[in-house]
Amino acid sequence: MYKIIKKADLTPITTLMEVDAPRMAHSAQPGQFLIVRAHDKGERIPLTICDFDREKGSVTIVTQVVGASSRQICHLNEGDSFTDFAGPLGQPSEFIHKNSKELSEMKFLFIAGGLGTAPVYPQVKFLHSMGAKVDVIIGAKNKDLLIFENEMRSICDNLYICTDDGSYGKKGLVTEMLKELMDSGKTYDQAVAIGPMIMMKFVTLTAKPYNLPLIVSLNTLMVDGTGMCGACRVSVGGKTKFACVDGPEFDAYQVDFDEAMRRQMMYKNIEVEADHKCKIGLH
Amino acid sequence: MRNKIPRVPVREQDPAVRAKNFEEVCYGYNAEEAQMEASRCLGCKKPSCIAQCPVSIQIPQFIYAVEQGNFTEAAAIIAKDSSLPAVCGRVCPQESQCEGSCILGVKGEPVAIGKLERFVADWARENGVRFSDKKEANGHKVAIIGSGPAGLACAADLAKNGYDVTIFEALHEPGGVLQYGIPEFRLPKELVVRTEVENVRSLGVKIETNVVVGRTVTVDSLIEDEGFSAVFIGSGAGLPKFMGIPGENLNGVVSANEFLTRNNLMRAYDPDYDTPIYVGKRVAVVGGGNVAMDAARTALRLGAEVTIVYRRTEKELPARVEEVHHAKQEGIDFKMLTNPVEVLGNEKGWVTGLKCIKMELGEPDESGRRSPVPVPDSEFDIETDVVVMSLGTSPNPLIASTTPGLETNRWKCVVADDNGVTSKAGVFAGGDVVTGAATVILAMGAGRKAAEAIDSYIKSK
Ligand SMILES: Cc1cc2nc3c(=O)[nH]c(=O)nc-3n(C[C@H](O)[C@H](O)[C@H](O)COP(=O)(O)OP(=O)(O)OC[C@H]3O[C@@H](n4cnc5c(N)ncnc54)[C@H](O)[C@@H]3O)c2cc1C
Ligand SMILES: Cc1cc2nc3c(=O)[nH]c(=O)nc-3n(C[C@H](O)[C@H](O)[C@H](O)COP(=O)(O)OP(=O)(O)OC[C@H]3O[C@@H](n4cnc5c(N)ncnc54)[C@H](O)[C@@H]3O)c2cc1C
Ligand code: SF4
Ligand code: SF4
Ligand code: FES
Repeated sequence: MYKIIKKADLTPITTLMEVDAPRMAHSAQPGQFLIVRAHDKGERIPLTICDFDREKGSVTIVTQVVGASSRQICHLNEGDSFTDFAGPLGQPSEFIHKNSKELSEMKFLFIAGGLGTAPVYPQVKFLHSMGAKVDVIIGAKNKDLLIFENEMRSICDNLYICTDDGSYGKKGLVTEMLKELMDSGKTYDQAVAIGPMIMMKFVTLTAKPYNLPLIVSLNTLMVDGTGMCGACRVSVGGKTKFACVDGPEFDAYQVDFDEAMRRQMMYKNIEVEADHKCKIGLH
Repeated sequence: MRNKIPRVPVREQDPAVRAKNFEEVCYGYNAEEAQMEASRCLGCKKPSCIAQCPVSIQIPQFIYAVEQGNFTEAAAIIAKDSSLPAVCGRVCPQESQCEGSCILGVKGEPVAIGKLERFVADWARENGVRFSDKKEANGHKVAIIGSGPAGLACAADLAKNGYDVTIFEALHEPGGVLQYGIPEFRLPKELVVRTEVENVRSLGVKIETNVVVGRTVTVDSLIEDEGFSAVFIGSGAGLPKFMGIPGENLNGVVSANEFLTRNNLMRAYDPDYDTPIYVGKRVAVVGGGNVAMDAARTALRLGAEVTIVYRRTEKELPARVEEVHHAKQEGIDFKMLTNPVEVLGNEKGWVTGLKCIKMELGEPDESGRRSPVPVPDSEFDIETDVVVMSLGTSPNPLIASTTPGLETNRWKCVVADDNGVTSKAGVFAGGDVVTGAATVILAMGAGRKAAEAIDSYIKSK
């Protein structure tokens, strides 16, 4: 069992948990994820490793309520335990293979949408500790859903915040902020976008004319997370890849986002789809 | 003179009823039936049956004990060679192994060795009989990767020999394919798989789930940082293949592994569990092995109309005869000499059908096998909502790619000799990860051989 040693509600629908998992803490790297089960009849749910403390043997996750399983996770309390907590899974971010001299000469831009701020955090933290220059754009629906602002501010060079409704920071979407930065003449060696699939798609479209090297982290459906089932299939550069073992991070310009978005909805749309089929049958 | 009665038939659930539930198809023998069947065995001096059992169970001896009503003794005899008799009695391809070479099979029907083995194992469980004889602890630690039949068998033998054994399993439930692949109606999970895993635990074997070797730990870190004297890799062949045809990423195309894992490991058929499974109204299963039969019969039980699409003829079906027979009885439609060329979908990206081409068997190739060739202009469509790809699996490269010095071949299989010795000192391997997808009992046999080799390796250090 994997004990929750700290819990904090970041927003009404977003919860941070620090979990006792020594083996995972020991080997976790930025960019990787894990799989949890909240109870013994629960689904296997993939979540990004948002932070890890090798000394303490703990791993931090941030969960946003979108459906039944994420709600169950958020309802667990300090002192409760996860039935299962497996990982780290997936490939670490590519930049961890670079040495600190190389990294200290590089400039990074992170574009975080909503909950995507949580997975961006360990990456920025790592790069900052290696001496890289890092700018971060955070986009949120409104002020109440903004997370990690202070944590992020202390480890990045420039923080740009925008909200859909203008309740905090600049009013608008992360794509607009990105365009503004690029048009103002900023340059980056590498950009990383993490957030909802649709946001990553539009960031990719926005970044393309600027030839900005861009990586995205794909949150596909997953079952095992170890390469065994293929539920996480995505088309990258015209080839089928398994997001759980080949990813989750991929070169944004190679990803077939439309297919990825459709596949992500596979279990959401069953009822709607059944309905749709009847209509087809009629004409 | 032995009993000249015909083979005692085994009771099964009525096909019409069982097609709608996940309870076990075969009920097995009761004591009386088992003793009757046991009385058919000739107790051969040079039993040909043993030679064909990959773990060399002393078949005539245990059968004699059954005949005499000494079920505890029968269980003890089996336990010397097998740690998973209730599993093997159910899923071994007996017709091509022990029973396939039973002398009675020459003129009539072989002794029902598998069903007798199953009876003994079930009886032992029901009567709380367990064998946990083991030598004194010798202080050496051995790590086993994977809790499938290979890993469990290797762990059990080493533990009996006094080793301090830990199994590391990536998933949350031990058992490997027994847990996530083979369905409940052939191999009950709670009753059979859990019990046999518990028997291995009762020998002192520790099982750590949720440890993905190659990610959470590595083979090298187990040896260098955690003090294991040897490592056995029994990680199976879990990587699914797809066909590479157009439309394969449409919503509704899944691998047999995904379909079966959702249903078996995650219990999607049971409303108490949270994991969903999509079956639609019609399911087409592509392939002809045991895995295809299991996927098809699972889809049927989940309420779908099911078609199996296979590119050769019924004679070449690689699945066990018993499984094909059961599948037909339950009403699964077999389309032989048929091969998919494209998955068809609607404008929203959901599967609507499978475009197939008719095949015929061509001239025999060098191996003497007649390979299927497409019949020109014979394309036709099958309407379906779900396509389950069951085309075989290969070993997951995760461990090999994170273990420097471990040799693999071009099928991604770990290279190991008959005793499980790999190219890396102290590292042994066996089961599907070495042979590619094979059988439970071969994996167990490989695990046992490796246990011996590990014992001599550690003793010679
Ligand atoms: C590599 C990876 C990392 C992730 N990291 C995080 C994280 O750090 N924090 C977090 O809260 N979530 C993360 N997710 C998403 C998280 O796994 C899903 O939100 C969760 O599985 C939804 O389960 P549910 O039962 O609550 O919702 P469901 O009832 O299953 O689904 C509710 C809605 O969410 C959609 N959905 C289902 N799965 C996903 C998914 N994988 N991604 C996006 N939408 C999905 C469904 O289509 C549906 O619209 C990650 C996913 C992946 C693959
Ligand atoms: C659907 C299906 C039906 C079958 N039916 C039959 C049958 O009727 N009769 C028969 O004899 N055989 C059958 N087989 C084949 C048989 O199940 C396998 O040959 C056998 O299970 C192989 O055993 P194994 O121990 O080598 O591997 P597996 O049973 O595959 O076990 C490997 C284990 O290792 C774990 N693992 C993998 N990678 C890692 C890692 N990196 N770290 C930690 N753990 C890891 C896996 O999660 C798994 O639990 C069937 C197979 C399938 C899929
Ligand atoms: S283990 Fe399998 S092959 Fe050996 S006797 Fe039992 S059923 Fe036959
Ligand atoms: S070959 Fe058949 S008859 Fe002879 S010992 Fe084996 S099971 Fe009995
Ligand atoms: S989640 Fe099963 S293969 Fe990726």
